[in-house]
Parts: sequence; C-alpha cells; structure tokens
Amino acid sequence: MLDKIGIVKPVAHQSDAAILEVTGLTVAYNGTRALDDVSFRLEAGERVAVVGPNGAGKSTLFKVIAGVLEPTEGEVRVAGCSPRGHICIAYVPQRTDVDWAFPVTVEDVVMMGRFAKLGLLRRPGREDRDLVRRCLETVDLTAFARRQISELSGGQQQRMFIARALAQEAQLMLMDEPLSGLDIPAQDRILEILDELRGSGVTVVVATHDLNQAADFFDRVLLLNHTLLGIGRPAEVFTAANLQHAYGGHLRLIKTPEGLMMVDDTCCGGGR
Amino acid sequence: MAGWLEVLVAPLRYAFMVRGILAAVMVGVVCALVGTYMVLRGMAFLGDALAHAILPGIAVGYIVSGGARQPIFWWAMGTGVVTALGIGAVAKSAHIKEDTAIGIIFSGMFALGIALISTMRSYAVDLAHFLFGDVLGVSPTDLWLTALVGGLVLATVLLFYKEFLVLSFDPVLAETLRLPAGVLHYLLLILIALTIVVSLQTVGVALMVAMLTTPAATGYLLTRRMGPMMAIAAVIGALSGVVGLYLSYYVAIASGAAIVLVCTAIFLVALVFSPRRGLLWGWLQGRAG
Repeated sequence: MLDKIGIVKPVAHQSDAAILEVTGLTVAYNGTRALDDVSFRLEAGERVAVVGPNGAGKSTLFKVIAGVLEPTEGEVRVAGCSPRGHICIAYVPQRTDVDWAFPVTVEDVVMMGRFAKLGLLRRPGREDRDLVRRCLETVDLTAFARRQISELSGGQQQRMFIARALAQEAQLMLMDEPLSGLDIPAQDRILEILDELRGSGVTVVVATHDLNQAADFFDRVLLLNHTLLGIGRPAEVFTAANLQHAYGGHLRLIKTPEGLMMVDDTCCGGGR
Repeated sequence: MAGWLEVLVAPLRYAFMVRGILAAVMVGVVCALVGTYMVLRGMAFLGDALAHAILPGIAVGYIVSGGARQPIFWWAMGTGVVTALGIGAVAKSAHIKEDTAIGIIFSGMFALGIALISTMRSYAVDLAHFLFGDVLGVSPTDLWLTALVGGLVLATVLLFYKEFLVLSFDPVLAETLRLPAGVLHYLLLILIALTIVVSLQTVGVALMVAMLTTPAATGYLLTRRMGPMMAIAAVIGALSGVVGLYLSYYVAIASGAAIVLVCTAIFLVALVFSPRRGLLWGWLQGRAG
C-alpha cells in the first residue's frame, strides 16, 4: 500500500554486490537512442570520470542510475537492488539547471539532504542541524551558511551540493559537469574535497569535458557516446582510435613533443 | 485622533462589514501560503485557469439550489478538485504543450459556465458576483466554511512544508530522496483548488490569480528564505483585505477590485524599493559599479 503512493522503504545493501552494476542499458526518447546497450560495473569507493561529447547521454545515464528515469531496456542495480529502493544516491545537477534565485539559504539546501531519513511530517532536530554544520565544514562553507544561494560563486555552489550529498549520507554520488565553467583554483578545491572523501568509501562518478583532468584525477574513466566506448584506466581508454570514435570530427589529435594533444572544439554549454 | 478612530470604527458598525473583513483576512492568508508555491514553481497561469474552470460548477450549483450559497460552495469544490486533477493529468501527456492544453480546458469550461449562467433570469447581476466576488454578502455560515476549509489548507501546507520545499526547488532531488513526488504534486493542485473555492466570494473568479500570486511575489522580493516569504505574503494578503474593504467603503468602489488594487500597490512599492531584488537597488548598484 505504502509503495503504491510512492513511499519507499530503503532497502538494505547486499554486501557482496557491486555498488553499481549496469547491464544492457538502453534509453530511447521518441525512438532515438540516448543510450544504447551500455554495461559496466563500479566497485565501492572508486573515482570514475564519465567522458564524452555534448549529447553523448551522460546526463541520461546519471538520471537512470539515480532512478529518476526508467530504462527502456536493460537494468541498473545499486548495491544489488533497483535504484528506486535507495535513498543513498545523490545527484548533483548541472549548475544551469538550478533556480539560483529560489529563496533558500545554503544551510537550507544542505538540510534538504536529510529529508529522506527524516521521513514525512518530521521536522529536522538537533542531530540533523549538527550534521549539516559538519557537512558545511567539510566543504569549507561554514561562513556562508546563511547566505542566499545566488550569493555564492560557482565553485561554492558546487561545494554546497557536495555538502548536501554528504548530509544525505550518499554512498553513490553522481555529479553532472561539476567543474565546467569554474576557474582552475575552484576546480582544484573541488577535486581536493573529493579526494578527502576517499576515506569514507563514497563512490564518486563525475561527468566532465576535460580529458586531461579525467586522466589525472580519476581511478578509471568511462568513455561514452551513446554506446560505451571503453571503461578502464585512462591510458587504456584514451587511445587515438577510441577518442576519434567518441568525438569524430570535433576532435583534433595533434602530435607534440610531450605526446598526443587533444583539441576539443565542442566545449561547455548544455548537453544532456 | 478621535477623527481617525471614527474612520476606522465606522464601517465596523455594520455586521456585513465585519464578516467581510474576517473573510478577506482568512482568504488573504490562505491564498498567500498556497500562492508561495505557485510563484516559486511558475504555476500562476495554471491557477488562473483553475479559477475560471470552476465557473460551470458554480453555475450548476446555482441552478440546482436556486441560489442557496452552500450547495454552490460544494459544487464549486467538486468541480475544482476534478479540474485540478484533470489538468495535472493533461500536463503529463505529451500530445500538446502543457500551457496550450490548460488554455483550451480553461476557456472551454469558462464558456460553459457563462452559457449556463446566461440561462438564468438575473444573469448580469449573478455573473458579476461570481466573476468579481461579493465579499459584503458573506453569511455567518460562509465564514465557518471558509475557516474550516482554509484551516485544512493551512494545516496541510505547514505539515508538508519541507516536502513541498524540495519539490519546488529541486524535483530531481525529491525523486532521489524517494519522496512521493507525484502524490505531492496532485496534493498541491488540490490545495490550490480548495483555496480558490474558499476565495470565490471574496475576489471572484476573474481576480483570483491576483490574490494567489501578488502577495507571494511581494514576499519573494522582500526576503531570501521561503518561510519568511510565506509569512510576509500572508501579512500582505490579510492587510490588503482589510485596507481594500475600508477603501471600498469610503470610496465606494467594488470590494474585490479594491482588495486587488491594494495588493498590487504594495507589490509595486516592493518592486521599486526592495533591498537586493528591487529596481532602485539594482540602479544604485549599477551606478556604484
């Protein structure tokens, strides 16, 4: 009865199952395939970069993993169960998808992460407020707790969402282009925070445009352009053939003394 | 001093003025609370449509009961809830764009309402009451009904405050937190319908959207958090009701219109002078930078 009206009792994690297992995943919108037969698995605590051109299906992949979108074919299992049974999956939206003028403060947004654990009708208590404060400390935003969210810089906005994912006690964090449009120090600070979280066993999946960053900071990379073109260590996946396949005419491969240089002219902006 | 007191007290010597003011205050508060979500989620057009679409329900109630208030209230409520759920369902189906679908349903239902009312003898007077409200005709029973349904809406809004907050700010988060997003959305539509029905007599169908959106939009300009936005909107809604009725008493203008004009005036002041979001602030910032 309860699940009929959409109230979900979180399922227990199966300890032997992978944190994420995607099998034969296909998602079609009006007949076009955003994702086509994608299969892979992630182990707990991994840092994985999802790389691909605009419109490659990165956001679609994230939304299916988060249980927001239903797959057309295939299945997604998070810790052995369907994502819709979990409250431990955090989806960090692209900054352009957020209404920054919305009347909420930074701590209000981070507190939203607690609402699943709180359940309907219960109000946040002191423990929740303490946890929110610690999450804000972790991402270095304590001084901004009472600011309205539009008063934050791009990097701070992204850190706020990381704090919200922490408040949610997320085991799997999906971050949609968290670094695009940020200056280098802001990007480095976020990568640093993600690194600090390594000890807590949270699995972090990040969509990014920056191939160098993907290669330098992540354990594994997943190259996507509707189909899965490769997943593994950056050196194995970022081969000339794979990249040509993913980016086609958009990518120029230039031989330099330091090695292969990639010039991508599809930079930034929307994309799904 | 005594002169001012007399100005304030004189209208209260009429029982219908006291009832009107009480009704306007309750309606102002309830509209402001529900309207906050409508403003934040961009549902103003939907609210306007829903108010107009209730007209055939009112007409049927009127014809069936021969003009008694209470049956009209229940008929309006039934129509409101059914239409709210219908609009919710139509919005989901992807055949035509949502606002087009709402526009079609709204004007069709509105036309049906006018057609039904035009079959009655006292057509012009009654239609005007339904369209523009008749707050001075509020009966004690009307007041109790308003208090009851208004109280129900208010309690629901407060009870599901945090769920509606997440749903309005970040629907994807609502889904990943596994909140019953669909149920909450329909619940909000029903709350809007109930609010419209209890406000019918105060401002009428045509001015309804002003009571729902203007105080909430003013609250939006004046604060940075949703709780205070609701509180400010509620105060402005109630205040507009009171000031509007005094205005209508002394200047002899239609009460519903007077209430809405006061709302609008307060909004315009906030639009110009609000700190941070106001036009003057923006202009000064522009000059400073």
